[in-house]
Amino acid sequence: MAYKRQIDRLPIPPANAKVHNVTCHYCIVGCGYKAYTWPRNQQGTLKNNAFGMDLGEQQGADGTWMAPSMYNMVKQNGKDVHLAVVPDHGCVVNAGLASIRGARMAENRPSRVTGTQQQRLSDPQVWRNGVWQPSTWNDALDLVARVTARIVNDYGEDELVVSMFDHGGSAGGYENTWATGKLYFDSMKVKNCRIHNRPAYNSEVHSSRDMGVGELNYSYSDYAVTDTIFMVGANSLETQTNLFLNHMVPGLQNGAKFIMVDPRRTVTVNAAEEVAGKDNVLHLAIKPGTDMALFNAILTHVVDQGWTDDEFVAASTFQGGEAVAGGSSQPAGLGSLDYAMQTCRTSLEEAAEICGVSAGDIRTAAQWVAKPHDDGARRKCVTAYEKGIIWGNDNYRTIGALVNISLATGNIGREGGGCCRLGGHQEGYYRPSDAHVGRPAEYVDQLLINGGGKVYHIWACDHYKTTLNASQFKRVLKKRSDMVKEAMDAAAGGSREELVDAIVGAVNAGGIFVVDVDIIHTQIGQNAHVILPACESNEMNLTSMNGERRMRLSERYMDPFGNSKPDCLIAAGMAQHMETALRNLGNDAYAEQFKGYDWQSEEDAFMDGYNAGNPEVTYDRLRAMGNDGVQEPVVGFEDGHLVGTPRLYADGSFDRHGRDDKRALFCAAEWRGYAAPGKAREAANHDFFVNNVRANIFWQNQFLDQDSDFVQDRFPYPFIEMNAEDMAELAISAGDLIEITNENGATQGMAYPTDTAKRGQVAMVFGSPAGSQGNVVNPGVSELILPEYKLTFGNVRKLADAPPQAQAVTFKSKEYKA
Amino acid sequence: MSKKCNRLVDVGRRQFLRGGAVAAAAAATATTAPARAAPANAQLDYPSNKLANIADLAVNEPLDIEYPDGDSPGILLKLGEAVEGGVGPDGDIVAYSVLCPHKGWFLNYNADDRTLNCPGHFSRFDAEVGGQQIWGHATQNLPQFTLRVDDNGDIFAEGCSDLIFGRPSNVL
Repeated sequence: MAYKRQIDRLPIPPANAKVHNVTCHYCIVGCGYKAYTWPRNQQGTLKNNAFGMDLGEQQGADGTWMAPSMYNMVKQNGKDVHLAVVPDHGCVVNAGLASIRGARMAENRPSRVTGTQQQRLSDPQVWRNGVWQPSTWNDALDLVARVTARIVNDYGEDELVVSMFDHGGSAGGYENTWATGKLYFDSMKVKNCRIHNRPAYNSEVHSSRDMGVGELNYSYSDYAVTDTIFMVGANSLETQTNLFLNHMVPGLQNGAKFIMVDPRRTVTVNAAEEVAGKDNVLHLAIKPGTDMALFNAILTHVVDQGWTDDEFVAASTFQGGEAVAGGSSQPAGLGSLDYAMQTCRTSLEEAAEICGVSAGDIRTAAQWVAKPHDDGARRKCVTAYEKGIIWGNDNYRTIGALVNISLATGNIGREGGGCCRLGGHQEGYYRPSDAHVGRPAEYVDQLLINGGGKVYHIWACDHYKTTLNASQFKRVLKKRSDMVKEAMDAAAGGSREELVDAIVGAVNAGGIFVVDVDIIHTQIGQNAHVILPACESNEMNLTSMNGERRMRLSERYMDPFGNSKPDCLIAAGMAQHMETALRNLGNDAYAEQFKGYDWQSEEDAFMDGYNAGNPEVTYDRLRAMGNDGVQEPVVGFEDGHLVGTPRLYADGSFDRHGRDDKRALFCAAEWRGYAAPGKAREAANHDFFVNNVRANIFWQNQFLDQDSDFVQDRFPYPFIEMNAEDMAELAISAGDLIEITNENGATQGMAYPTDTAKRGQVAMVFGSPAGSQGNVVNPGVSELILPEYKLTFGNVRKLADAPPQAQAVTFKSKEYKA
Repeated sequence: MSKKCNRLVDVGRRQFLRGGAVAAAAAATATTAPARAAPANAQLDYPSNKLANIADLAVNEPLDIEYPDGDSPGILLKLGEAVEGGVGPDGDIVAYSVLCPHKGWFLNYNADDRTLNCPGHFSRFDAEVGGQQIWGHATQNLPQFTLRVDDNGDIFAEGCSDLIFGRPSNVL
């Protein structure tokens, strides 16, 4: 039986409610919302309220409505206040649409009154006497700093390993990336660090940048005026929901064609067919990991048909053959179009053989991407890609091959064009140089597995759910951290110095001291020794930019839960304690490097970092720009408004590679089959391709949704979409618990019969607390240490009959049926 | 814009029911906005509205209804197999709001797989599993009306499981 809220009435925001600008912190799109707060003992009326509407009238479709999930009661300046977070009809990004994630922002706030999100951390926790004990910031940071200072002072900064977010939105943003960046890249030069979703500190799109093309170069408005949307390895209706509904759908209604490259049929394909008609949608369901051959064939056909934009190619791209030679840190050569074609040339028939789709369909795709209109006008095409190729086979060459097509057809920097990743989180990166990290960057997971590192700081990452080769990673980290726990237990009752000595002794014996900064007690947090409670966006002011570089200030409307703090202020506290600890060790010169963190607020961190590099941009000015914000880069301030940049490279010069000639480069993308270690063998030896997929309901907020009755009711276990005939052969019924296994480990999920699933292919949702897909992802990475979560193969078996929770859910098709 | 699925609208019955619903709504309004407020009840007082008689229902042929008032459309549906929350002698009669709890578009009933589908943004709900959202953007499952069947086979709606789209209170 479906979960029922049993809520049939809500408080009404009064006309004098405080109004705050909110950018949804969950996904890259960054939809605009308005947060209303008002005193607990007040309310509006049907006629007189904050919405300025007669709420006694039934609202029509698309009208303003506060769903129960948009309401909560939270602390603001120490007092309980009502909170309503409703989508902003005036915001250009979402025009009043709310996703299933953003519409639950209010409900996903911690509240002592309504009891929501009581899993949130309220106080620092220190491993003490065999359990985690709540403690004070001073106590916890003192222990963190003393141990960390001893290690970096005595053994060097390479013994400090750091996992840290690099993005915007929640658990990120310019304030927090700056503070952590200043601590680890300025006060120290930590090179053994990684990002939340990949095992190294690196770009996910090296090739695009090396070619001169920053990966977020368009404006969302380009979708409405384009001729073709060319989407690769993405599922935007689920994962960039309101970008699809508010920008791509209008494009399709305006007559755009839609091409999807994805081994799996998704709700995005279905919705595109509903809007545009099946004749205008081409789904290229290629064999997993063969994207590059497809792109090369499209490029070859475009070149051979003379559909290239010769003027653009001549004026804006490199002309002299090879510009950058391939080498150890350079997976492919870069240069002119002619140079790249020597490697990329692939016939339609060759690609059809490799990709498992027809040559005719590939030809159609090339026509929709590039064939000029009958009147000779060039064709506009937006190319949009995401994890299907970022986390797929041979990242560098595959993305390079895709960017080649956009460059050859002059579809970057122009209205109705763009070649962009769609993104996951918002962006919000502002840090000192990371040049010392090197390229390729250290494969940090392997370093840890092989016994490297003595202290491990983790910022808002839960690799137990979201890394590759997770089974081994978990096993080793637990073992190493348990050594330190045992040493700490044995030192119980001793002085702080004796405790630090015991910890240092344990890490020198192969253990590792783990500090976890997060908003909840995570799975990796189980193996931490100090846990520091952070707060989220809107519990602090936070700036980020979305997938079209739209920067907003999402305002604080409530207090951090308990004694939790913004990450930037936690980093500042850590730095200040490090200074003290290093002085106590007698290293004044080192201690001096930890000065400059006397911030009282997140705004101080913003001014110290982002504003120092972008002096036009201040909190007051961003606040005045509201939920539409300003598209970066900001180029001025005129008439009280920040002046932004709707589209990059509009002047035809490309600079992301840092080359003085400002000409874009083409990538010599050589098809090499499954390139990463172990992948080809794994594919040959297992029955199923194990796709790694997302679901709109908990995409980007599953860690909170493990505490949501509404979400847990729908998906009590991670779903594994599976073909009915495969299920029958393995005696698996809907909802049964099934196990996916291979040499790397095993994971579990709930069988979800799916009529569009191909035989021999399953699709498992990523990042679930109740079954980590990463357990079965092999450690093979690309040359520049990009993981290939998407390219996984395994066997499937039944574990158990459907548990009661799974028996209660619907297993009908996710596709809309008129 | 959306268009309600009117496959099975019985205009005569619809007009009859609307009369009853409007009277109930008027009564509810009178109790919620007096000049001097009486203490509010902890839960809403829902009208008891007759929707139909069991004899009016055929399996998998939804009947248009309005509850708790004329501005809140829904369907009454006999599924043919007992479901949790179903009423009637066969335990198979259910009723739902058909305003999508995402953005208030009218949902279409698909008799083939017994789902309610939103043409606005592609959300869909399972009529056989308590209105559970199969896939979509709504942050709640479909509001389900509480039903009672009397000895004559008359079916009454007397409550609702979730807030109906477009209103701050199910009874206005």
